[in-house]
Amino acid sequence: MSQVINNVFKAVGGQNGRRQAEESGTRWQPPAGRLEPVMAWGGASGSASYVYRPSTVEALREVFAVARRSGLTVGFRGGGNSYGDAALNNENVLVDFRRMNRILAWDPVSGQICVEPGVTLAQLWQYVLEDGWWPPVVTGTMKITIGGGAAMNVHGKNAWKMGPIGDHIIAFDLMLPSGEIITCSREENADVFYAAIGGFGMLGAFTSLTLRMKRIYSGLLEVDALASPNLAHMMAYFERHLDDSDYLVGWIDAFGSGESLGRGQIHRATYLAEGEDANAHETIRLSEQQIPETVMGLFPKMWLPIFMRPFYNNLGWRAVCWAKYMSSRVMEGTEGVRHRQPHAHFHFLLDAIPFKKAYGPGGIIQYQAFIPAERAPETMKRLLRMGQTHGIPNYLSVLKRHRPDPFLMTHGLNGYSLAMDFKITEGNRARVRQLAREMDEVVLGAGGRFYFAKDSTLRPEVVRRFLGQETVDAFCALKARCDPEGLIETNLWRRLFVGA
Amino acid sequence: MTRRAVGPERPLNPREKAIVVGASSGIGAALVQALAQRGATVAAVARSTDQLEAVCEGANAAAGERRAFPYAHDVTNFDEIPELFQRIVEEIGGLDLIVYVAGIQPPVAPDEYNFEKDAAMVGVNLLGAIAWLNNAAKRFKRTGGGQIVGISSISGDRGRAAFPAYHTSKGGLNIYLESLRNRLSRHGVTVTTIKPGFVNTRLLENADKTFWVISPEEAASQIVEAVEQKKQVAYVPGRWRWVSLVIQMIPSFIFRRLNL
Repeated sequence: MSQVINNVFKAVGGQNGRRQAEESGTRWQPPAGRLEPVMAWGGASGSASYVYRPSTVEALREVFAVARRSGLTVGFRGGGNSYGDAALNNENVLVDFRRMNRILAWDPVSGQICVEPGVTLAQLWQYVLEDGWWPPVVTGTMKITIGGGAAMNVHGKNAWKMGPIGDHIIAFDLMLPSGEIITCSREENADVFYAAIGGFGMLGAFTSLTLRMKRIYSGLLEVDALASPNLAHMMAYFERHLDDSDYLVGWIDAFGSGESLGRGQIHRATYLAEGEDANAHETIRLSEQQIPETVMGLFPKMWLPIFMRPFYNNLGWRAVCWAKYMSSRVMEGTEGVRHRQPHAHFHFLLDAIPFKKAYGPGGIIQYQAFIPAERAPETMKRLLRMGQTHGIPNYLSVLKRHRPDPFLMTHGLNGYSLAMDFKITEGNRARVRQLAREMDEVVLGAGGRFYFAKDSTLRPEVVRRFLGQETVDAFCALKARCDPEGLIETNLWRRLFVGA
Repeated sequence: MTRRAVGPERPLNPREKAIVVGASSGIGAALVQALAQRGATVAAVARSTDQLEAVCEGANAAAGERRAFPYAHDVTNFDEIPELFQRIVEEIGGLDLIVYVAGIQPPVAPDEYNFEKDAAMVGVNLLGAIAWLNNAAKRFKRTGGGQIVGISSISGDRGRAAFPAYHTSKGGLNIYLESLRNRLSRHGVTVTTIKPGFVNTRLLENADKTFWVISPEEAASQIVEAVEQKKQVAYVPGRWRWVSLVIQMIPSFIFRRLNL
């Protein structure tokens, strides 16, 4: 039993022994000091990862080497705005790109900009605005990084007109896990170009991206806001205005039923043409784009979640949605009212009001279904009714119009998307899971698609069915070529593609 | 690349991940069973491989899928613990809960002063706990959550005449867990001290007089309940709290004359 005593002394000296083993030996211990809890944006899930924040291409290359020696996989994370597990890699390495955030080149004549992947959308629009440019595609939050946006191939409220962000990327450099950097464009390495955009970071890491901006002639948009009494009205309005609008988005009160199913509010916006804004040189200033920090000039927006939280239950939220719809109905009517609004105010609603904080500790997930135009009216009505009959209506639903695009793993199609936020609690997880499964079948039945930036609930078989086995095989073959060791993984990849 | 024993994470179907150290028999074995039954992925650590595998097989059969994974290890091999801990966490995909159950109580005669026996008790009951739980503490502080559970004993509340080193090991474990709690609660970590009374395990063979004996399964179910409620200190069963309170209040000049 004196062995016990010996072991005590051995353990004290043991640390040195281990270090020697690491230096000479086979496998590194991952550095405990890098371990951090990382959450999905929706807050409904999270995990611990060894987080690295490289600021140079060299440092990024080193991360791959460290991971390889430690026997760990590497996942990528941009702004961390994916609702689900697309930017998580539990118990493995996670590269946070936000320190690779330099703007490398900007040509205000042609509107071409070259950025590092960690440049945020906020950085981008603020950089180009006063030269008379605006990013052709922006998301509802400006906290995303361009690298993350390209990896998820994000879209905005003009998706039917401008497509996803990938349609405006001219070229990018991609670092493969081997450390090699390849340049990809529609001409060069085209197969990787069309797969890495929308390939949720599985082929390699963007080290620079070149995009084309859109010319604008005012800091303001012409915005129409109107109430829409039901889904049919909303879609008819969309179809009528596809040609003469630049942005179209519908908010749907998911509690509306019967004749009012899908009632809500439409926002339609158009750019101002040259000369339409007499004060363009003023309105295009950055200072004019500041998102107000108070509501109605009174109390801070940061307080909103505190006031909203008591309403975040089926009864309370039904009342809030009804009030929002009715006030739109009374103040804007179905004819609508027109006003001019700075670009940033129109687009970045998610940043203006911290909705997420109101949902409570269980967080939220989003379920976004993309449905071909001809099947959209009945399918979306059905999806809305399903939430209602399951007793888990979604608290925020948004309708957008889309178009197909040439990217391999795309969610784009000629049709509509309905994004639905579900509050998650300890008690409703299983029910939301079941609802999502049933909705999957409805979406697949209508020939619909899904979007990895939003997903928390898909299963491998559903992904194979919406993408097609051939597409999945083609993507996996490309991954095997770019990442033969299988060094790059995320929770989403393991959940949906490993063994698929 | 990843050495993973379990399936992928599912955002809406989170799995609790637990380590039970001292899992081959008694309370530890029952805990593996109870945690797996609750849906947790459990790394079962113990010295005796055969028993350990039987425990895991039993738990997996009851759960209908692989949830318990055996890891053979002697807790007094202190220097292999950091690497084993790391390996387990990687293989089960994270860690939410660690329960240190390992404990020994060899027979000790009233006039026996056997250093080897005493060192063994302190080694398994206390130093092994410190070696394992230090690793968990370091990790949980970084990840800002998690629960550390030490299975101590009512024996840790007072130094009786019968088993000086055993009481020392359990008393030391109580203080160690209290210190961990004071270090970690501000970081969102829960530290739970479990103080069982008499439980029908191997340890009971050498106890002098017993009453209110419960089965390991009953103890495990009460421990799981205390873990769920994130208790700081829990007696198992709860009525031992009052017995212990009385015993602790007896002044020494009386206590040393009693035959307790």
